[in-house]
Amino acid sequence: MPAITASKAEKQKFTKADFQSNQEVRWCPGCGDYAILTGALQVFAGLGIPRENFVMVSGIGCSSRFPYYVNTYGFHTIHGRAPAVATGVKLANPELQVWVITGDGDGMSIGGNHLMHALRRNLDIKILMFNNRIYGLTKGQYSPTSEYGKVTKSTPFGSVDQPVNPVSFALASEATFVARTADIYLPHLQSVLNRAAEHKGVAFIEILQNCVIFNDGAFKDVTERSIRDDENVLLEDGKPMIFGKGRKKGLRLKGLSVESVELGQDGVTEKDLLVHDQRAEDQTLAYMLSRLDHPTVMGIFRDVTRPSFERRAHEQVQNAKERYGEGDLLDLIRGKETWTIK
Amino acid sequence: MQKPLAPGVQERKRLEHVTVRFAGDSGDGVQITGDQFTNTTAIAGNDLATLPDYPAEIRAPAGTLPGVSGFQIQFAATDIYTPGDQPDVLVAFNPAALKVHVNDLVQNGVLIVDTKKFDKINMAKAGYATNPLEDSSLSNYRLFSEPITDMTMRSLQGLESVSAREKERCKNFFALGMAYWIFNRDLGPSLRWIQDKFKKSPGIAEACQTALKAGYNYCDMTDAFQAVAYEIPAAPTKPGLYRNISGNQALATGLVAASVRSGLKLFYGAYPITPASDILHELAKHKNFGVITFQAEDEIAAMAAVVGAAFSGALSVAGTAGPGLALKSEAMSLAIMTELPVVVIDVQRGGPSTGLPTKTEQADLLFAMYGRHGESPVAILAPATPAENFLFAIEACRLAVRHMTPVILLSDGYLANGSEPWRIPELSELPEMKTEFAHANGKEFMPYARDEKTLSRPWAVPGTPGLEHRIGGLESRELTGDVSYDPHNHERMCVLRAAKVARIAEDIPPLEVMGDEDAEVLVIGWGSTYGAIRSACRRVQEAGRKVAQAHLRYLNPLPRNTEQVLKRYKKVICPEINLGQLSHLLRGRFLVDVIPLNKMQGSPFTGREVLEGIEAVMEGRPVRQPGSDRPFLTTSNYSEG
Repeated sequence: MPAITASKAEKQKFTKADFQSNQEVRWCPGCGDYAILTGALQVFAGLGIPRENFVMVSGIGCSSRFPYYVNTYGFHTIHGRAPAVATGVKLANPELQVWVITGDGDGMSIGGNHLMHALRRNLDIKILMFNNRIYGLTKGQYSPTSEYGKVTKSTPFGSVDQPVNPVSFALASEATFVARTADIYLPHLQSVLNRAAEHKGVAFIEILQNCVIFNDGAFKDVTERSIRDDENVLLEDGKPMIFGKGRKKGLRLKGLSVESVELGQDGVTEKDLLVHDQRAEDQTLAYMLSRLDHPTVMGIFRDVTRPSFERRAHEQVQNAKERYGEGDLLDLIRGKETWTIK
Repeated sequence: MQKPLAPGVQERKRLEHVTVRFAGDSGDGVQITGDQFTNTTAIAGNDLATLPDYPAEIRAPAGTLPGVSGFQIQFAATDIYTPGDQPDVLVAFNPAALKVHVNDLVQNGVLIVDTKKFDKINMAKAGYATNPLEDSSLSNYRLFSEPITDMTMRSLQGLESVSAREKERCKNFFALGMAYWIFNRDLGPSLRWIQDKFKKSPGIAEACQTALKAGYNYCDMTDAFQAVAYEIPAAPTKPGLYRNISGNQALATGLVAASVRSGLKLFYGAYPITPASDILHELAKHKNFGVITFQAEDEIAAMAAVVGAAFSGALSVAGTAGPGLALKSEAMSLAIMTELPVVVIDVQRGGPSTGLPTKTEQADLLFAMYGRHGESPVAILAPATPAENFLFAIEACRLAVRHMTPVILLSDGYLANGSEPWRIPELSELPEMKTEFAHANGKEFMPYARDEKTLSRPWAVPGTPGLEHRIGGLESRELTGDVSYDPHNHERMCVLRAAKVARIAEDIPPLEVMGDEDAEVLVIGWGSTYGAIRSACRRVQEAGRKVAQAHLRYLNPLPRNTEQVLKRYKKVICPEINLGQLSHLLRGRFLVDVIPLNKMQGSPFTGREVLEGIEAVMEGRPVRQPGSDRPFLTTSNYSEG
């Protein structure tokens, strides 16, 4: 395979247009995916990496049409298997920038197993999960992130499933970079994607996304402008967890749970609040934060460094070559015991 | 090659061919004994074929009939094709092994039994009411009741560093030493193997070596064994450098060879499954060839990763067995749709479902042909002997890359674990494998443009400037590869994908006919039945009758002349370890009234079973069920048995 030579020193200049494919975008008008695409294209262009070194890998679902709209290499694969396909792409050529685009059904349901293993291996790929809490492409069945009691075509009397929390799942799966953002928070989304791109290892980003047709207002209790300030805690590394209109609220540890408190009430000061540490080795606190729903915690939960899977795999190859010398085919074919017939 | 007569032996009886079977508990080291005996026999220059046969449980309940592990080898001074119909020599380590195998032993055959386990409990487990070594039930055999375990313990008495339990476990080497004496073998290769195997535990190495020598010396000093001192001269064979090789070893080695010859990095994706895991184990050792092995979270992920690696430009191979192939069919369809080169190895085992995981079967042929949704053709190859796996691994890779298609290689448990002597080829004898990735040429890139000759599309790998493109499971427009729901485009693409695979027929050799061209009967087979069919046909000819044999190593597409060959004969018989899958394909494709000869007993055909089938057809008698006097079992007469 071709060697990729672009060095970081000569970071090239690209524009969003360089990364835009000639395909007509076919999401429904008003879909949250448009904003994510726009944001991502700008991020890709800003990374200074030639587009031939990118591979977009997706599964099945609305979100998984994403690769068609990006003018890089792209692979629209099969339902749930994008992390597995991406594993092959990346292992075979570790120089490639591999981005996986998946959804809540594709990633958390049919592909839950592959997602877990890609995360725990710390394969250096970036996984964007568009979470709209519904199956859109199959026209509106409940998904693994749909709330309990959700009435959909396949659950006319309400869903009886307990939903899964993608960020909690990723943290429990030993992911080294875990974040949450939303389709309508474009600058935040872009800063998270940039940080994910810089991360050497697996990055998992849950993107809260609206489905105007089958689940309109999927996250309006989190992201609607009027309530946003009180319903979101934006994590900032090294800073106390303050939120709310006028920044009067904060998060505090109480026993084995996290509680929301009013600053100034009952003698609560900034000093009582939790201070975010993205690099904490132990993900317990990050996990507790991921569980909160009023308010919902947004931002980078975790960003720690561990050698990546493909690097370890290729180091073994390199070590074997150094230790035993480059493989000699004739030696291998001959094996240990031979005899000669004259 | 043969060493001089052991002292005290006046004359060894020369034999043309011998079949030996070792049997014991699954923890008795029977497979190691068999492997060592095979290796030494190969080095002595005999032709040979082996049949390991072990239970699915790692340590099945000790002393029970289902826990018996066996290893059979036939070796000869002439060419042979099967592990032998019936053993001439049986070595049994316990009552259960005796019970399971003694009825197969030829009349007057040599029966060596370790007396240690013939106590009440173990005899009861095997269903013996009285001690068969002491009643007259074994009078048809030349019985050697020997205290093998006790003698092993005594020979190791002085060894302080080895526990009693470890000493006891050396009994298989004592028995191996006995077998070496009987067949006048050099102890050198096994002594060296033990040294290497246990280099980190010198005590164990010494114990094994001492037991081996003690077994040999025991026979040498015991007069009774003079009567069973044999000599099997080396088989005349093509000059060259030889080794012994098993099917799975040959497959793994062939894959590395394909990687080296093509200059492509080998990517092997797998999930542990019997009997294919040894390919993964073998390849994982060869990282200094740049091999990447990926043990995935499941069969699906293994296949999906292999498809991804193929997109990235690696020589991408997945290995599995029946149930795994089922799980792989989804991602294989993706490789068909995106026209990426992947090789999928299916080491067939008894099915359906978990079936008989350690036993052989050929019942995945139709699944390989048709076991995917949609119109989804793939190329299918099947080596005929363990060593052929080497060249067919290379051939599968060559066809996949040249024709940009998935290729299934059908091996089976018998081929995978069986071994044979193999003349080591020179590198110059290996097939060429030129591969070229696409490069930008200034024109608009068409990922689904086709090579005029092969109809394959270009292999454009990520990292190549100017060739950025998208592929996927949705139907692609011809040339551009854009998503297309146009009905006529879909029809055309389905036909193109099928035609591409069909054109492989131009790239493979014609079907060869062995034996009598002017015979009335043709025996056609595929895969591991080759040896049994060859041996049966030879016996037919020795009896003065005419018979022709053809063996399909390419199942899809079939060789160009297949129809012509089939229609040249009045009768066509097709022996298979399934209920008639190739018969079905050939009947459907060529309207030839193929007579099926089938067996579904988890074991390969013996030469005799095929011979009886051929004779029945020649004489107009009904075909019998192998191994019984009942009529051949079919779906309509199953209740009569």
